[in-house]
Amino acid sequence: MTTYVDLSTDYLGIRLKNPIVAAASPANAKPEMLRDLEAAGIAAVVMPSLFEEQVEFEEREFGMLQDYGAESFAEAASYFPEMDDYNTGPEEYLRTIERACETVQVPVIGSLNGVTPGGWTRYAKKIESAGAWALELNMYYLPTDASVTADQVETNYLELVAEVRSQIKIPLAVKLGPYFSSLANFAKRLSEAGVDGLVLFNRFMQPDINLQTMEIDARIELSHAAEMRLPLRWISILRGQVEASLAATSGVHGHEAVIKLLMAGADVTMIASAILRRGPEVVKTLLDDLQTWLSENGYRSVSQFKGGMSYSNCPDAAALERSNYMKALTSYTGPYV
Amino acid sequence: MDVQAVTVDGNEAAAHVAYALSEVIAIYPITPASPMGELADLWATRDKPNIFGTVPEVIEMQSEGGAAGAVHGALQAGALTTTFTASQGLLLMLPNMFKIAGELTPAVFHVAARSVATHALSIFGDHSDVMAARMTGWAMLCSGGVQESHDLSVIAHSATLKARLPFVHFFDGFRTSHELNKIDLLPESVIQSMVDPEAVQAFRERALSPDRPVLRGTAQNPDVFFQAREAINPFYQDAPATVQQEMDRFAELTGRSYHLFDYVGAPDAERIIVMMGSGTGAAEEAVEALCAAGEKVGLVKVRLYRPFDVSALIAAIPDTVTGIAVLDRTKEPGAVGEPLYQDVVAAVAEQWSPAGGRPLPRITGGRYGLSSKEFTPAMAEAVLDELQKSSSRPHFTVGITDDVTHLSLAVEEGRHSEPEDVHRAVFFGLGSDGTVGANKNSVKIVGESTPLYAQGYFVYDSKKAGAVTISHLRFSPRPIHSTYLIQKADFVACHQSQFMDSRDVLAVADHGATFLLNTSFGPDEIWDRLPQEVQRQIIDKQLKFYVVDGYRLAREAGLGGRINTVMQTCFFALTNILPREEAIERIREAIQKSYGKRGESLVRKNQEAVDRTLDALNQVNVPAAVTSGHHCRQLVPTTAPDFVRKVTGVMLAGMGDHLPVSALPVDGTFLTGTSRYERRSIAQSIPIWDADICIQCGLCAFVCPHAAIRSKAFEPGVLEAAPAEFPTLETAGRELPGHRMTIQVAPDDCTGCGVCVEVCPARSKEVAKHKAINMEPKDDHLQRERENFDFFLSIPEIDRSAVRHDQVKGSQLLQPLFEFSGACAGCGETPYLKLLTQLFGDRLLVANATGCSSIYGGNLPTTPWATNAEGRGPAWSNSLFEDNAEFGLGMRLAVDHQMQSVRSRLHELRMQTDVGLVEQILAAEQETDADIARQRQRIDQLRQHLSESDTPAVRELLTSIDHLVRKSVWIVGGDGWAYDIGFGGLDHVMASGQDVNILVLDTEVYSNTGGQASKSTPRAAIAKFAAGGKKIRKKDLGMIAVDYGHVYVAKIAMGANPNQSIRAFEEAESYHGPSIILAYSPCIAHGIDMSQMMSHQKDAVNSGYWPLYRYDPRLAHEGQHAFQLDCRKPRMSFREFAMKEARFATLTRTDPAEAERLFGLAQEDIRDQWHFYEQMAGVEREIASVESHGK
Repeated sequence: MTTYVDLSTDYLGIRLKNPIVAAASPANAKPEMLRDLEAAGIAAVVMPSLFEEQVEFEEREFGMLQDYGAESFAEAASYFPEMDDYNTGPEEYLRTIERACETVQVPVIGSLNGVTPGGWTRYAKKIESAGAWALELNMYYLPTDASVTADQVETNYLELVAEVRSQIKIPLAVKLGPYFSSLANFAKRLSEAGVDGLVLFNRFMQPDINLQTMEIDARIELSHAAEMRLPLRWISILRGQVEASLAATSGVHGHEAVIKLLMAGADVTMIASAILRRGPEVVKTLLDDLQTWLSENGYRSVSQFKGGMSYSNCPDAAALERSNYMKALTSYTGPYV
Repeated sequence: MDVQAVTVDGNEAAAHVAYALSEVIAIYPITPASPMGELADLWATRDKPNIFGTVPEVIEMQSEGGAAGAVHGALQAGALTTTFTASQGLLLMLPNMFKIAGELTPAVFHVAARSVATHALSIFGDHSDVMAARMTGWAMLCSGGVQESHDLSVIAHSATLKARLPFVHFFDGFRTSHELNKIDLLPESVIQSMVDPEAVQAFRERALSPDRPVLRGTAQNPDVFFQAREAINPFYQDAPATVQQEMDRFAELTGRSYHLFDYVGAPDAERIIVMMGSGTGAAEEAVEALCAAGEKVGLVKVRLYRPFDVSALIAAIPDTVTGIAVLDRTKEPGAVGEPLYQDVVAAVAEQWSPAGGRPLPRITGGRYGLSSKEFTPAMAEAVLDELQKSSSRPHFTVGITDDVTHLSLAVEEGRHSEPEDVHRAVFFGLGSDGTVGANKNSVKIVGESTPLYAQGYFVYDSKKAGAVTISHLRFSPRPIHSTYLIQKADFVACHQSQFMDSRDVLAVADHGATFLLNTSFGPDEIWDRLPQEVQRQIIDKQLKFYVVDGYRLAREAGLGGRINTVMQTCFFALTNILPREEAIERIREAIQKSYGKRGESLVRKNQEAVDRTLDALNQVNVPAAVTSGHHCRQLVPTTAPDFVRKVTGVMLAGMGDHLPVSALPVDGTFLTGTSRYERRSIAQSIPIWDADICIQCGLCAFVCPHAAIRSKAFEPGVLEAAPAEFPTLETAGRELPGHRMTIQVAPDDCTGCGVCVEVCPARSKEVAKHKAINMEPKDDHLQRERENFDFFLSIPEIDRSAVRHDQVKGSQLLQPLFEFSGACAGCGETPYLKLLTQLFGDRLLVANATGCSSIYGGNLPTTPWATNAEGRGPAWSNSLFEDNAEFGLGMRLAVDHQMQSVRSRLHELRMQTDVGLVEQILAAEQETDADIARQRQRIDQLRQHLSESDTPAVRELLTSIDHLVRKSVWIVGGDGWAYDIGFGGLDHVMASGQDVNILVLDTEVYSNTGGQASKSTPRAAIAKFAAGGKKIRKKDLGMIAVDYGHVYVAKIAMGANPNQSIRAFEEAESYHGPSIILAYSPCIAHGIDMSQMMSHQKDAVNSGYWPLYRYDPRLAHEGQHAFQLDCRKPRMSFREFAMKEARFATLTRTDPAEAERLFGLAQEDIRDQWHFYEQMAGVEREIASVESHGK
């Protein structure tokens, strides 16, 4: 007979019933999926991102379409019927959030992807008004210009965060990529700027070369299990150094990964690829396996072991620092003698 | 009463009322009336109700004839019904109009009056169409401006119900239909009050109903027809009074008063003009000016032209009048005078009362304003002056110089000037830069948010790519009735600096005017870059000269090449129409209003453009003297033919109005191949060939819509005279051993569309983005490429028999005889036409349906159909929209008859010449290009033999000897013609079995009139007249043709399978019966990046949306399957194809649920069609050979 383990955890100041959260994914836009996830026991859901790049692209394209060939020729002042109610994304997105909040009881987290401060951040407010419990700001940006310094990029991010922070009262999480010169420092500054949580990490689309067409194939692959090691390392490093909640995402495919990430210091783990591959039922399997393993191994609650293997708490912190296939150094002297 | 001021054009003003008062609206696109139908369709799509609280049924028909039939039926069944049309469209409605009037049926047609095609088509305004309808028995009410077209619309709709006569309400095409002006919008309550519910009820009670059946439309005989016809008379007698009553009721409701004939001018006038339409605006200004100068003149504006109320006209004319000039905006050759003139003469003859012994006034008749020719106050003054002369001409023209029959009046243009307090601004721009849009916006800003009145009128050139636009804007404290172009502007803006070298932009600038130039050069750099002529005008006219780098500012604000907001901001900043701060605020509001619905990022970028502009506008310090070392560019090379230099060149300079009558052909016949002299140089980037990488596939030349990429193969010796940097390659493959080849761009004729680069399959190994042909900045290459192209033209054409015609590579070594048309950059139609001329150009007759292809193919100043070195080339003509198949069939019959006739004559004369040669000629096969070449040689020999004898019979034979060469007759048109308006004729021509070839350039919409749906428009696409997505499946015209059995049918898409396209052309031509090719033609109305149009064709085929096939009856004769599918099973979903094209993808954003439904049905259509075609490919047929068919 196994004893019941308390899986509840705090994320962004919200009490969650367990540490399994559905990461931002297009699949989450559908009410049926949300219902299935909830039935399977998901603790919270992050909605797919409203992409600044995409919305602005569509607005620009649509604007150009209405102007295309227009007012050039006496017989045809335009080539398309005038459309007043064209929706380039935001309104539909906000409706999706509203619908999600009506569909499920678990917290719904909105997600906004943008990189330029300015008018764009007004959508943070709108997402809040649409009923989201929290907002995940997805900073998906590839600085390709060699003349832009790391400092400029970070400053830009911090300004964006400050602006979004000032727009909303709900908790704010930031999802970022791993490619910072001093990730720990930047994470700390984000936390100090009022960010309630960090989601580690964003997976960038990885382009490929098509040898037939000699063109770039742009696509996103689902994650694989080994990818969880990157957030594992950084979460363990950050836990204890930053105030913000920590969420682990990428490569969370089984209950062991969940346990490891929680031990490293994550408050929640987020899954997307596992749901896309195995359906929403995977959540139930994960939770059952988690319960069983923790129980069998004598754990009482998530809060008991959360961060137990963080950088400051683990027995071999140096191993987290190593960056190469360096042979483990054998110490010939003990710490106390 | 709360009156809302709005700024609309005449079309919208009329459509607003027509929609409100109609229950059924049958529409069909025709310039310049199309926007009325488009608005009606759009409003219905948005469920906007009419005044009866219902949404009108709006239906697009297959032709105006169809629309009139539907109107007639709807009226008979008791629905208040309207339609909108013009020109040939109105003519197609005439048969129904006689019926509708004969049955005393209330109805209103709103007509944007336009020229009827005679020696040429014209889309512009005059009264030749409505005058051709004056015998139908319809009442005719004429509006002279935008407010009037609004007001008289409601009067027409109310009067028709009371008078029981149907009404044509007309206003001048373009001048009124497209003029933006500030008007008082009629409140719905007024429209309501104008319609008498009892009259509506009476109309409904007269409708056909099985509950109280009657019969209408009998056949009558000599015993009663005449009497029955006369029974209608009382209605015509009463109608004028009814109209006046309605006008009076309207005046009570609105304060705006109209009469059957409105008189303005001196109460004791001696000389008056009688006229109708927009010209009254200019004439009234002339009359006011002359009266102010003490002259006794006046103007009668005709409102109700039919029924013509003689008493009302006589009553409107002051007793003191001694001279009347009647102006008609139409021409009725051979008549005593034009229609209004004849009416006035007859009216005066009938009812002029000799009160006080006043003598009959002298009446003259003049023509003016045909095809929107300018009619100015100075012209009206010239007309009134002429009346003063004792020897005044009884018949005259005004507005042109007639140096043939000397009918034209001399006009002193400078004598009339507009009031000081009217701001007048003229803007020169390109269609693509947003100039017209910005100016429409400015007119709305001033018109709708200030007490000022505003007017905008826009002039476009005849090109679809790189079109020049000229905007004329007036702002005034009083309503603006100046119905003519601005002649002296106090503000002139040139939004494209290249115009400074090619056209006289500053001719319109008044002394002391402000001149704004958009240029990348700063205030200190610009002066020396202007040509001498421009500098001289700036100095002499003391212009205040400003520059702004609009393109940089727009780019920096994220607006790409759209400089509209930047230039609009400059305009308001430099003029004092509104206080600067207020103007900027209004621009910001307008930006919010116009871009808000398109997305907030656009609002932000445009607002940013406003901010940037205010700091970047600089005044130029104008030196006291001309310093420039260069002159304006010569538009036409001195090597051009005389006609091109003296006539075409003047038109190209925008000075065609100054050409006298004698300069023009008497019968509309023009020489071909003039587009080569235009050299518009509109591309920013041009394709540059990299010979090292080229694999000589020929695709770049194959796809070029403007024949601006050429390839030639030649003996190496040719290169001795080549420019230093003229790249060539040794020819690849077995053909043409020892030859060299080159690919050459025509740098001044390329439009920069980039289609050639997109299709180029050869990439550099070192830099993958570098291909064998690459778009590069034109300025870096212009000089070299000009020299190279000139040399390229001098290289002799290849021996046509030395290359294979049935493949891309060989076909592209053949000379195109269709070049440099005015089609859109990246046009999907023109590459097919170019290919047609490469294959059969020197023996080609083309019958071209009205539409895009007739416009880029035949719109002056220059035309693209060209000739080869022997002087042979396509002979081209456009008859109408609806009759093109029949037109081409007629050509075939004539050509065949000529052939037969010359053959029999030759046979008779065979003994007088080389009988063996004659027999060879008569027996010659003329199936292939080589056969034709041999026949031509034989004919040349025969010509030489025959020229030795000089008998009348031989002389006659010699004049027709070229008829012995088989001619290729092609019937060309778009889907609007083939699927809709011309389908009946097309069907008949296919059935005829005659040897004609039909090429349908299928863009799946009415492209030329702006993208209205046709029966070719696919399910799920949005288009005008199908704003909510097309609900029904595309018509399968190919299968209708296949059903005949004896018709050769091919469905092609050159971007998907180039060789199949070429084979289809070859097979269609060689088939001695009717052939039809359906050619997939991407269009800007598809909402795609046109540079990618060939890959869209691939997707269309790969998704099964446009399956390729050929049906060749000859195969059936040989016992094979006649129907061959030329593509593989669909391997891409419809959605994947559709989401790349805005015509489909937009629907997923405007109505996602409907998009889902229609996309599903569209996919089902594809599945069903493929299944059907697969079965077709297995069908065996026994088709009788075409020779036995119907001959």
